[in-house]
Amino acid sequence: MSRYELRFSGAGGQGLITAGIIMAKAASIYEGKQAVQSQSYGPEARGGASKSEVIISDGPIDYPKATTVDALLAMTQEACDKYTHDLKDGGILLVDSDLVTKLPKGNYKIISFPIINTAKNDVGREIVANIVALGAMVALTGQVSRENAEKAVLSSVPEAFIELNRKAFSIGFEKAMAASA
Amino acid sequence: MAFDYDKWIRPGKLPHIWCPGCGHGIVMKGLIRAMETLNLKKEETAVVSGIGCASRLPGYIDCCTLHTAHGRAAAFATGVKMAKPEMNVILVGGDGDGTAIGGNHFIHACRRNIDMTYIIMNNYIYGMTGGQFSPCTPTGHKASTTPYGNPDPGFDIAKLAIGAGATFVARGTAFHANQIDKLIVEAIQHKGFSVVEILDDCPTTYGRRNKYKSVIEMMNRLKEVAVPVKAAEKMTAEQLQGKVLTGVLYKEEVKPEYTAEYAKVIERAKASK
Amino acid sequence: MSKKVAFLQGNEAAAHGALYAGCDFFGGYPITPSTEVAEVMSVELPKVGGKFIQMEDEIGAMAAILGASLAGAKVLTSTSGPGLSLKQELIGYGCIAEIPCVIYNVMRGGPSTGMPTGPSQSDVMCAKWGTHGDHPAICLTPASVQETYEEVIRAFNLSEKYRTPVMVMPDEIIAHMRERIVFPEKGELEVVPRKSPTVSPEQYKPYDTSFGDVPPLAAFGSGYKFHVTGLNKMQDGFPTTKAEIVQAEEERQVRKVDANVDDIVTFEEYMLDDADVVVVAYGSTSRSARYAVNVAREQGIKAGMFRIKTFWPFPDKQIKALAGRVKGIVIPEMNLGMCSLELERCAQGKVPVLGIFRVDGEPINPDQILEKIKEVK
Repeated sequence: MSRYELRFSGAGGQGLITAGIIMAKAASIYEGKQAVQSQSYGPEARGGASKSEVIISDGPIDYPKATTVDALLAMTQEACDKYTHDLKDGGILLVDSDLVTKLPKGNYKIISFPIINTAKNDVGREIVANIVALGAMVALTGQVSRENAEKAVLSSVPEAFIELNRKAFSIGFEKAMAASA
Repeated sequence: MAFDYDKWIRPGKLPHIWCPGCGHGIVMKGLIRAMETLNLKKEETAVVSGIGCASRLPGYIDCCTLHTAHGRAAAFATGVKMAKPEMNVILVGGDGDGTAIGGNHFIHACRRNIDMTYIIMNNYIYGMTGGQFSPCTPTGHKASTTPYGNPDPGFDIAKLAIGAGATFVARGTAFHANQIDKLIVEAIQHKGFSVVEILDDCPTTYGRRNKYKSVIEMMNRLKEVAVPVKAAEKMTAEQLQGKVLTGVLYKEEVKPEYTAEYAKVIERAKASK
Repeated sequence: MSKKVAFLQGNEAAAHGALYAGCDFFGGYPITPSTEVAEVMSVELPKVGGKFIQMEDEIGAMAAILGASLAGAKVLTSTSGPGLSLKQELIGYGCIAEIPCVIYNVMRGGPSTGMPTGPSQSDVMCAKWGTHGDHPAICLTPASVQETYEEVIRAFNLSEKYRTPVMVMPDEIIAHMRERIVFPEKGELEVVPRKSPTVSPEQYKPYDTSFGDVPPLAAFGSGYKFHVTGLNKMQDGFPTTKAEIVQAEEERQVRKVDANVDDIVTFEEYMLDDADVVVVAYGSTSRSARYAVNVAREQGIKAGMFRIKTFWPFPDKQIKALAGRVKGIVIPEMNLGMCSLELERCAQGKVPVLGIFRVDGEPINPDQILEKIKEVK
């Protein structure tokens, strides 16, 4: 049975739990696969290390947490240091190039671009950095189609922010495709 | 014609558990007269209590009665009132039950201003357990757990209720029996959380430890310390030393009542669907 | 027409399950990791004319739901470890006064404040032994978001059917993880209404055993007047200390559940037919166990899983039967050995009971279970 594991990690307040939820929703509601999303976080509402894990499979998912991670997003150096240990050999590692400067040793497919700055400068709002990152993860992992992921994004955000998020998702997707080409 | 208390007393449930000379029976009769005056329907009236001597009162009254756990009367009653806002909900209990173990529920019922009436029989002591000091026992007084005199300062229940947001606060005494039903009538009629403190006596566990020779002496003390609020206006601070104000101490009708406010929440929620 | 689906947390599903079951009163107090239940109820209940109240403390929340239930409401509270400890006296009140209510408790690390966001399964004993005195106990331990929804509905049904508090206890992993949920249509799942009195108000007694071990319960404000107390009581609801009545009433209260174990106890058997090793698991740990059993089977080990869905009453009969035909029982649980004690009691020394006990806030992973399965010879 196919089992694909993703981890979205960074600091509390960066919206990574939301990004994980949207990825899982895209898989389970729109893609016709099964998905489980879980998270762990400290007592801080902002800051601290935060992670959101998503398991995607064609069949039922029993163990809901990561075993060996196929794709990891790290939005801070702390998260990168803390959560790379179980990334599988040849796994995907997406990092924010401005914030993660020390890259882990190992046989990983590392993709980096300035995620937060892309949100700030190219999309216009730093707050959608998580959606930029999500777009990139969708492009890099290929677990859900671009269309289904976009549907999941748009059904998860308030109406007033639909265009902003559509743009963020799209730019993230394109940047990742370019960076990994 | 004599007042027919039997109409409101459950058949076969008397005699009550209260000691000779205890004022709780006087308060119960006042409550019954008030219920009769207001023509309350038994099936639409809930009397809720916690634990203690005073909290045994609901067992004797013929209506919907709920004898809950120690201190929890206000919280149970809040559930009853929220589920059935059309019911009359009356709480009864003692000073320890209401202001110590139940103190948190008491102040929050005051704060919410939920339309219920709380009759607190304050006899300054935990009677049922044998006379331990309560948050209302005066400093220096004796109880089974303050053999050298009570080091604790006491609560002023009425001030506590006013401070916490109750919108009707009254005080009477077990001596002034004819005033009790009038205060309770006004309290029940008030739309909001109403508190009626009745200064009471416990000859068995409080009186004998504090050198009261008889029930009559305890009753006389209630008579002597009580000063109606109107009369107090004309008295000097010196004259009021050691006195306790009785009557309606506080009343306001601006603060919204809780179940009415929640009805608005329901309207807003339904409109948002 | 296709059914409504959503991607929800266990806690959110619990709230929606309660609404399906007809819950119209929620009393709660904020506590991690169960607060989402209260949040959803605060949004949804008033939309259907129900009442949500945030009380001043955990005890007040428990008191409010008991009061509301006596006034005819179907009631829910949600909490977690420290709140469960605080609620215990009134859970006992619900048992002795026989008031239907559902307590949804998310298990986090303990004792005391412990680990508020960490998963645990260490409240299962508290569900049965937390309040003092003999009393019935029903506790359900769901293992998925969908099952949390369905088990909350079943909890309401059991609480009405047996007139007693019922607990639903997901661990923090189940409570906070998100999965796809398919909502049943109205009428698709059974919803048990409260057994109301058939006699006139004059004849009504709240504990009238001529109607069986579960007497009908009238509501305050519905034309009936009666007395309710936490003291040992007679059939008319008034207190008594008469030895024979107290004994009979206490026994009846416990018998309500004990005599209906087959109606209440639910479980899942996975690959047990030819199993040499059985992993007994509940809640999220059962998901690790299933993973481990699958891997063990691939490696030629005859492993299976018995998944406890109803923790209390405990599936004694089933475990005793299993103990007679397997070589060993493995019990992974996020505590220092609670279910394990029950399994040892049921196994009666016939087979070894091997525990994997974890209280560090981390889930028990499939590898740990696989390793233990291999220890059974």
